[in-house]
Amino acid sequence: MTDRRAERAAARRRRDRRGLAIAAASTIIVIGGIAVLILTSPGWPAVRDQFFNAGEFSDTFGDIAKAFWLDVRVFCIVEVVVLILGLAVALVRSARAPAMFPFRLLATIYTHVFRGIPTVLLVYLIGFGVPALAVATEDGSTPLSWLPTEPVVLGGIALALSYGAYVAEVYRAGLNSVHRGQHDAALAVGLTETQALRHVIVPQAVRNVGPPLLNDFIALQKDVALIAIIGVTGEAFRQAQIAASADFNYTPMVAAALLYLCVTIPMAMLLDRWERGKARS
Amino acid sequence: MSPGAPVLRLDGVTKSFGDRQVLHGVDLDVGEHEAVALIGASGSGKSTILRCVDLLEEIDDGDIFLDGEVITEPSVDAVAVRRRLGLVFQAYNLFPHLSVLDNVVLGIAKGHGVEREEAEATARDLLARFGLEGRGDDDPDRLSGGQQQRIAIARAFAARPRAMLLDEVTSALDPELVGDVLEAIRDLKTAGMTMLIATHEMTFAREVADRVAFLHEGRLLEVGPPESVLSDPAEPETKRFLRRLLEAGRV
Repeated sequence: MTDRRAERAAARRRRDRRGLAIAAASTIIVIGGIAVLILTSPGWPAVRDQFFNAGEFSDTFGDIAKAFWLDVRVFCIVEVVVLILGLAVALVRSARAPAMFPFRLLATIYTHVFRGIPTVLLVYLIGFGVPALAVATEDGSTPLSWLPTEPVVLGGIALALSYGAYVAEVYRAGLNSVHRGQHDAALAVGLTETQALRHVIVPQAVRNVGPPLLNDFIALQKDVALIAIIGVTGEAFRQAQIAASADFNYTPMVAAALLYLCVTIPMAMLLDRWERGKARS
Repeated sequence: MSPGAPVLRLDGVTKSFGDRQVLHGVDLDVGEHEAVALIGASGSGKSTILRCVDLLEEIDDGDIFLDGEVITEPSVDAVAVRRRLGLVFQAYNLFPHLSVLDNVVLGIAKGHGVEREEAEATARDLLARFGLEGRGDDDPDRLSGGQQQRIAIARAFAARPRAMLLDEVTSALDPELVGDVLEAIRDLKTAGMTMLIATHEMTFAREVADRVAFLHEGRLLEVGPPESVLSDPAEPETKRFLRRLLEAGRV
């Protein structure tokens, strides 16, 4: 009995060792092959100079990294606005009271319209359209002069409106995922509809949609770059554009891309871990 | 509260879901400290009666009274009525995002406005009473079905309701877990709690219930003391139901 057991354990170990060796060999061959293929191809020196120029990189990286700080700030503020706006819209859309009907209608129209418009178009529309409203009309009066004209503010508003619509739908799916019995139980212990929503339904809904929310965070983080098109200065993508246009070398763009990856990859890894944790429980 | 009125009175209660009529004019009284067992096949309307009493479903016709006051008028504040009743669900319906203790605390703290500290003390006492001492900080999903159902009973009992409505509270449990839950209900009965109990446990109905009501296709066919309804039923449908249970080994 013990002999067979030892025999099987040894066979299993041999199989595991062989598997490991094969995986290592195959990785070296495939990755090494690709590297050799790229580095020996006739076009490689040109590509290297265009995108991975070390001198260009060290000259421009500092400014782009400084500019990226603005991206981070815009992202943080817009994300908070999006979380609140999205939840408010989702709650309005699931409210059943008759008096809420017009609000429900507006919330529905909002999610459909703003989810349907390309974010880049929305940024353009608000970023250039709103400042045009704020200037004097034909008769010289300025009834809309109170509107913001700062490109970074307008860009943030456009991003918040676009992502608010997405996140509202994520929340709504979360609200629908909470079992009907939870609502009944909340009422049965003596809560009002509002208390049931606040203490029982919403906390569970938010917990259920954590991963998809984080996914939208990652998308938003990248889309902050869109505000460059309305002339937000000191933004990472814009800064890279300026640096690249000076000598038509695109290494600064790669530098900017690296900065975005520094934030989005850890978030994606966090998301993976979260989803694995959820799958286990 | 009118003196001498039953705690619960159902008077001609009628309820349909779409085209399907589930309750056909149900009349039933539950007196102070009385336990009434509702028996009948699945789909006979037992759960619907309890949900209608707790105003989770709106009835189509008839009236339901709590302490002599009608509670099924549209003008009645449903939240205030539910605060005077305790409902325990077949599937427990515990709040999975809250600890065991907070499951019991939430209703009395938010619904009844009891101070947090006092509510926690009440909840701790109740958990101990139902054999769940020291489990307050656990997640409810970590506990067995029998423990979860006892938490649900503690949660429904926490605000000292006028009556408790128990909906098949042992049907979702493995047989070896049923005993502890029935023990908790016996405890409530000893404490004088007025109860309406939908159940499949005939032995338990015989032991705890003062009266047994047999429901068949939305009609109460027979109401009486357990020894007559369960041992010597007058109605042929009751006989047939009990015989089927006997054949299934459920009695």
